[in-house]
Amino acid sequence: MAEEKKKSRIVPKKYPMPEQDPKERVRNFNEVPIGQDKETAILEAKRCLQCKPGPNREICKDGCPVEIDIPAFIKELQEGNLEGAMSIIREKQNLPAVCGRVCPYENQCEGLCIVGKKNEPVGIGRLERFLADWERNEQMHGKIETPPSTGKKVAVVGGGPAGLTVAGDLARLGHKVTVFEALQYSGGVLVYGIPEFRLPKEIVRAEVDFIKKTGVEIKNDFVVGKLDTVDDLLEEYDAVFVGTGAGLPNWTNLEGENLNGILSANEFLTRVNLMKAFRFPDYDTPIRVGKTVVTLGGGNVAMDCARTALRLGAGESIILYRRSDAELPARREEVNHAREEGVKFEMLAAPLKYIGDDCGNVKQIEAIRMKLGEPDDSGRRRPIRIEGSNFIVDCQTVLVAIGQSPNPLVPMTTPDLKTTKWGTIAVDAKGRTSKKGVFAGGDISTGAATVILAMGDGKRAAKAMHSYLMDDPSWPAPEAFEKGAC
Amino acid sequence: MCVKMYEIVKAEKLTPDVTRLEIAAPKIARKAKAGQFIMLTVDEHGERIPLTMADFSAEKGTITIAALEIGKTTRQLGTLKAGDSLFSLVGPLGLSTHLEEFGTVVCVGGGIGLALMYPVVRALKEAGNRIVSIIGAKNKDLLMYEDEITAVSDEMFVCTDDGSKGHHGFVSDALQKLIDEKRKIDLVYAVGPIIMMKVIANLTRPYNIHTVVSLNPIMVDGTGMCGSCRVIIDGETKFGCVDGPEFDGHKVDFENLTARNKRYLAEEETSLRIFQGAK
Repeated sequence: MAEEKKKSRIVPKKYPMPEQDPKERVRNFNEVPIGQDKETAILEAKRCLQCKPGPNREICKDGCPVEIDIPAFIKELQEGNLEGAMSIIREKQNLPAVCGRVCPYENQCEGLCIVGKKNEPVGIGRLERFLADWERNEQMHGKIETPPSTGKKVAVVGGGPAGLTVAGDLARLGHKVTVFEALQYSGGVLVYGIPEFRLPKEIVRAEVDFIKKTGVEIKNDFVVGKLDTVDDLLEEYDAVFVGTGAGLPNWTNLEGENLNGILSANEFLTRVNLMKAFRFPDYDTPIRVGKTVVTLGGGNVAMDCARTALRLGAGESIILYRRSDAELPARREEVNHAREEGVKFEMLAAPLKYIGDDCGNVKQIEAIRMKLGEPDDSGRRRPIRIEGSNFIVDCQTVLVAIGQSPNPLVPMTTPDLKTTKWGTIAVDAKGRTSKKGVFAGGDISTGAATVILAMGDGKRAAKAMHSYLMDDPSWPAPEAFEKGAC
Repeated sequence: MCVKMYEIVKAEKLTPDVTRLEIAAPKIARKAKAGQFIMLTVDEHGERIPLTMADFSAEKGTITIAALEIGKTTRQLGTLKAGDSLFSLVGPLGLSTHLEEFGTVVCVGGGIGLALMYPVVRALKEAGNRIVSIIGAKNKDLLMYEDEITAVSDEMFVCTDDGSKGHHGFVSDALQKLIDEKRKIDLVYAVGPIIMMKVIANLTRPYNIHTVVSLNPIMVDGTGMCGSCRVIIDGETKFGCVDGPEFDGHKVDFENLTARNKRYLAEEETSLRIFQGAK
């Protein structure tokens, strides 16, 4: 009865998140959601029922890869205690303003929200975002306590979501952490991959600065494997974490792929995001998009490419995807945003070859219609060619966004680090690799996934590293890694 | 932004259009090997550009680059003085020159390629090879690294397009002459403008002389992440930054490389025009 009563009081929908108008935003790189005010955030928090987990019942926090105590922070927010709410998030979360923007909440915390069973779930993602933004804008970071030093030194290879999580967690436990980052800015995919309009780079910089304040040192422009190798690092550090990500672009390997105007998603996004080509010529790195831009792929990266192309002035931005709408691996929110902005979806179609003009520029894609067959290993229905259904798409730019592979540099330069047939570093459940003292996590061990999964991986590895450094230096035999990733 | 310390310890003009910078980078200097390159960014708004190292010294803790001032970034490099610093410097990148005792190696360099050729010639010499160097430029004032390359070569041929020094003609003429004389040549190493490397590769192909060239495709990250620098080698796509920059010259698709290097000509001109206007 009591529960019935409560339900009847539930506001059925999330309080709206104000957003830039689609017509307006396709002409700028400013963030699409504008953010909620304090009053709205508290109202949203009050939609939460404060469920307790039961033996057969999963609640929001069971879906959080970094284990934030979600009901606890929402409770503080319900009572208007912003500082208290934020300190609960900070206990587990190194990148709250990032995760409050790019997490696939609908599959995680919000997917388990009890309110969401009959209504819209509590907007947990936007609450995290609100609190993180409040903390940053109001400079409410509070005093950062430095724990007593353990005397242990840890090297983190790669300053992306996994590496920064490991660094933040271990620094908080009193270890001396140094991050080695290849690029001039830290954040990995957060700075080179995810566009400004989804994740402003100023926010990433602020999050990285916060991690630095906890005592983490970051060495930029440092390519491990080219300068020091992992073996060199092991001479100076007690443990090494490898979080070098999946930075290697996959190609279609179709005829004509090296024509001018065909770019990997990584090149396109790196030029625009890391190098700020969208502000050319104020910034020196150029980017060019044609009247029609075709993006191959259906994931978040593909959505980012197609939406970025519109903002760079493309007249038409088309996503060519070989399955149907239901199989799009991108977050629904990204797909919706792309549609609102005018991205066209050419579903159930796959490229066959690229056709160039006399100067070596791409001018067309020859594609073929597909239909869906039986489910494949991934559980998604396998696309099958409809013979004879070939068609031509005129375009001047093609963005290849069909996935990324693990970065091979560290495995290549660390002979006794075992890898799987997918090129990922083989790890056990604790993130331990075949080499004593070396841990790995994020896309380099899981294959291309999401920011939050890399962070969850980093969190697990950080726990295991702490235990390895402080109590139990035992290590599995290298043979344990023969069969590939666990 | 944190302060970066990639300080320039020496800046000089090798020719009116070529600037040589010696940069403090002890760690890179210790690891660098012949044939490798660095990526640099002049300032926060700058482009990342690849430059092959013209020298490196672990003792001095410096690396040396030489830049032909053709675009905005390279002209900006030309304005730098000792004491200035770069915003970002990453290296050493790419694979180093494959070194072994081949026998007689003919090293062919043209224009700015001469600066890049010097550490390679030196390393090949140290590996026990007999070195025949053929160096060329438009005229005698544009010849670079002549003394340095002479010092590590057993034989030396100088060519100028206008005949103002040495042989009147191209480096390919000098190489053809050696081949016609039936000299024993075990390897040709060529670095310079794309057209020069293509001519040299075409020249040696019928004689089956293994020929290595050092390519200069457009790069963004320089670490294998983006594929801006992809080149076609024997019909297969390779990344200039991690699979190169050196490749078998007989297998390189030079037409594709030439076309790909023109991708941003219009934007490069815009940048340069604004830069020169501001000056």
